[in-house]
Amino acid sequence: MRPQAEFVHWMFATGFLLLGLCMLAEAIVGTEVWRRQAWRAYLWPSLIFLLGVLMWPVMVFYTNSTIHVVAHGSWAEALMLAGAAELGLVRGKLHSRYWRLTMPLAFVVSGTAALIHEQNGWFFARAAFLHHALGWTVVVGAIFPLAAAFRPRSPLVNSGYALVFVVVATMLFCDRDVAPIFGHLSSLAGAPHR
Amino acid sequence: MSTQLVSERAAVRRRSARARAIAGLGPLTMLGGVAWAFLQPYRITLLHPHGQGFWWLAIEPPLLVVLGGIVFALLIAPGVIEDLEAYEEGR
Repeated sequence: MRPQAEFVHWMFATGFLLLGLCMLAEAIVGTEVWRRQAWRAYLWPSLIFLLGVLMWPVMVFYTNSTIHVVAHGSWAEALMLAGAAELGLVRGKLHSRYWRLTMPLAFVVSGTAALIHEQNGWFFARAAFLHHALGWTVVVGAIFPLAAAFRPRSPLVNSGYALVFVVVATMLFCDRDVAPIFGHLSSLAGAPHR
Repeated sequence: MSTQLVSERAAVRRRSARARAIAGLGPLTMLGGVAWAFLQPYRITLLHPHGQGFWWLAIEPPLLVVLGGIVFALLIAPGVIEDLEAYEEGR
């Protein structure tokens, strides 16, 4: 009954898609309007924290090597730290804007972990390609949360920040356990099961 | 001003570009999921469900994209638009 890894990627993709949509909406209307309802102010930081929490069972049930455990554990920690820092800022428990740097840190940690734990080359299989693409997208995309820490009111920066999550969601939705990428599939990857 | 005129003005009031953008995010997302379903119909196992388990039936990317759009359009966008319009009217 345990879902295959690709389903887990797709469920996380749905979470990232909702996260991206919420952040895009905030970028469009501005923080002042977005936070007019108290629950909405907590919405996307909570979602980030929740995605971090849910990464732990992924680490327990879906990893088969030390490097996978370390990668998924570091994602979980980085997402929870960033989500908790944003929650603390919204609640007013944290005051320094430098707490917002936890998000670019989470991006860099997550992207680096994706690149390091993917042991195969780009065209080994679709999953390998997407892990490389995701890793670089997230590492380069860290520029948006970094800029948002210093220009929190910039619609351009905040839109870019949100769109990084939408792109990540799209890539996660494209993931398959064993599938070709642009016609390439290593014979070592196994037979496509579907 | 009579209440009838006020309600008529409210009815014909045009939404701002920002409100229209928020209102469009959910449907646009749903449209993306539907377009994906047309491009890769084999992913919609509900169309030929025989022998499929829960995960293959319910957790398919096009369906999840549509679901994400529905959740945003129904649960989040209306409140944001309401608050945006109140903000723009200076309330």
